[in-house]
Amino acid sequence: MSRVFPVVLIILTVVLVAFATISPGHLTSATSPDQAVRSLLERVKGRDFKQAFSYISAASNIDEGAFYRDVNGSEGSLRTYSSLQDVDTKVLKESDTEGTVRADLVWSSAVGAIYETRDLHVVKEDSGWKVLWPQEKQANLPPQVIPVNYLRWDIVHRGADEDWGAQNVEPPRVRIISMNAIERDGNVIILGEIENEDTVPGFVAVNATLLGKDGGDLGQESSFDKMSHTLLPKEVSPFRIDFPKMKLASVKSVRMQPNAMLVPASADPVIAVQHQRMETDARGHHVLKGELLNESGQTVNIPHVLATYYDTAGRVVWVSDAYSDRALLPQVPVPFAVDVRDDLAENVHNYRVTVNNYTLDRDR
Amino acid sequence: MSKLGYILLALATCLFASYVAHAGELNIPNQLSSGQGFSIPTSGTGTATFYLIGPAGVIKRAVHLGDAVNVAGEETRAAGRYVAVLRSGDSNDTKVFFVTPGKPAALNFLARPSRVPTAKPDAISGVAFVFDGYKNLMIESVPVNFSLAVEKSAPASRTVPAKDGIAWIQMASGRSQGAAQFVASLPATDVSVRRVVQQVAGDACNLHMKAQAMAKTIVVETDPIRDCSGNAVPDGTIVTFTETDSRGLSTVDARVKRGIARAELPLSENATISVAAGVVLGNEVHIRWASPGNGGAGAARANLKFKDGIATDGGRANAEGSATGGRE
Repeated sequence: MSRVFPVVLIILTVVLVAFATISPGHLTSATSPDQAVRSLLERVKGRDFKQAFSYISAASNIDEGAFYRDVNGSEGSLRTYSSLQDVDTKVLKESDTEGTVRADLVWSSAVGAIYETRDLHVVKEDSGWKVLWPQEKQANLPPQVIPVNYLRWDIVHRGADEDWGAQNVEPPRVRIISMNAIERDGNVIILGEIENEDTVPGFVAVNATLLGKDGGDLGQESSFDKMSHTLLPKEVSPFRIDFPKMKLASVKSVRMQPNAMLVPASADPVIAVQHQRMETDARGHHVLKGELLNESGQTVNIPHVLATYYDTAGRVVWVSDAYSDRALLPQVPVPFAVDVRDDLAENVHNYRVTVNNYTLDRDR
Repeated sequence: MSKLGYILLALATCLFASYVAHAGELNIPNQLSSGQGFSIPTSGTGTATFYLIGPAGVIKRAVHLGDAVNVAGEETRAAGRYVAVLRSGDSNDTKVFFVTPGKPAALNFLARPSRVPTAKPDAISGVAFVFDGYKNLMIESVPVNFSLAVEKSAPASRTVPAKDGIAWIQMASGRSQGAAQFVASLPATDVSVRRVVQQVAGDACNLHMKAQAMAKTIVVETDPIRDCSGNAVPDGTIVTFTETDSRGLSTVDARVKRGIARAELPLSENATISVAAGVVLGNEVHIRWASPGNGGAGAARANLKFKDGIATDGGRANAEGSATGGRE
């Protein structure tokens, strides 16, 4: 009896370990287009990319590595700092052999939620419904040396042993060249543009204080990611400052305070914004679309697109932004889309898109 | 007789009081120059304590009565009101005197700003503080000379009297860019302080570009960009090229490099291209590429030809069109 008990324990342990090791290897085959898409995306959400790939149809002509790069990001892009948080699907079309499913995806990322809509085609195969995953063809730049000799500004500040009259290098002169206050959705929003008028780069922020009828402060806010903070000489950036839960009628005046600091900066990279056009997306909403082209030789990991919209009088009527979750490889165009408020779209006469860039290992 | 005696007694009392009062004041001039030492004679025997209370500190020293008390020049560096006290037993001998600044010997000079656009009136300010050799602010009026000079141009110079030790001036920036030497000096001395005010080019003037078609792009390039005084705008300045065609809007924020800005825009058969630097707009060029044969874009690229160019700044449109007429 004393020998039987340990043997039973060992056998039981081996059985339990084996049971735990053997995962549900065989996937339940999808019985509908919606289930196929859901199963795939749920596995992406669980970061089980291998099993997610098993829901991809071989007709997609995409390898597992390319699928992984698509859903998990590459080149230090924003997608590499994101994870799929929420999935909502809707069958648009379905027949016995194929279907189309719209997937509304919410990614949680380092810069907040990113919303994406994909219309996925699904086909019925012997092993069940499989998703035709669209492969994004990205042009590969042939190996080459791209000479870059753009300017860089460095700063030498005054020394500690200078007499008190010795001047320091001064911050750049910046000027708010336009400003507009509007009320939207119960918020007061200050919009405008600021220019670095100087010949040196600067780190710029805009603060705004709302003053009430009695002259007292109603609130103070500053621009955050609705502007380009590093401005090169003569560069113009939009800014947007939101005051939540405020009424424009209670505001007597706005006190604006642009602040600038002299900072080291580089004139590289140059990012062209091509083929900007206003369109309506699959959901019927207005979007500003275009392509970003990194004209330098260094990868831009996280591009941040800022769009400024003007009315017929040239007044700034809205500022919106979007992060692209794809890195900008040199000389390779990458599409972008910025949501435009549908109620403003008709008033938009012109627009301007600028790009902030965040690059890892800049000094490499 | 008794009346005369009272009068003589009163007179003697007054004389004694006068002697006593005179004996209680130290023999120090009422006004001294900073850094000027002096000596105080004392009488009697024994020891006493000498105090010198000034604006920058207090000195306490034991002295022998009968010997002179020597105060070194270093001990009267700071200008202002001084009180000297000689305390012996219960009696105090005191004297209040003033130390005034010496000869002007130093300047502190504030120059603002460190960078200024060219040809701006009253854009540069200088404030000079005049001190003596011991850093006392000069009270009396002293002339201060200001001069502003950029290399290869005549300096602008002006003399301003300092009031209460401060002289200030506003000057226009010069028409040439460069490091302007802003100097404040004291005439008839070798005292001068130099600051550097960087005069930089102002906004671009007559911004003008030309376009040229390449195999896959339109290359746009400005003429050398200068301000209205003819100074080249600094490298790194942003110049925005905007192309509008049927496919939408394309923009490039190019950087001025070696005096010109250059960018590549998407190839288009019919587009309008404009250029701007900050709030300054340049010319606008409308381009249409004739495509002989079937007119297809592919065929056109092999045989591009600049057909027309309309520049809004006038007079250069036709010249621009023929000068930059693509490549064949």
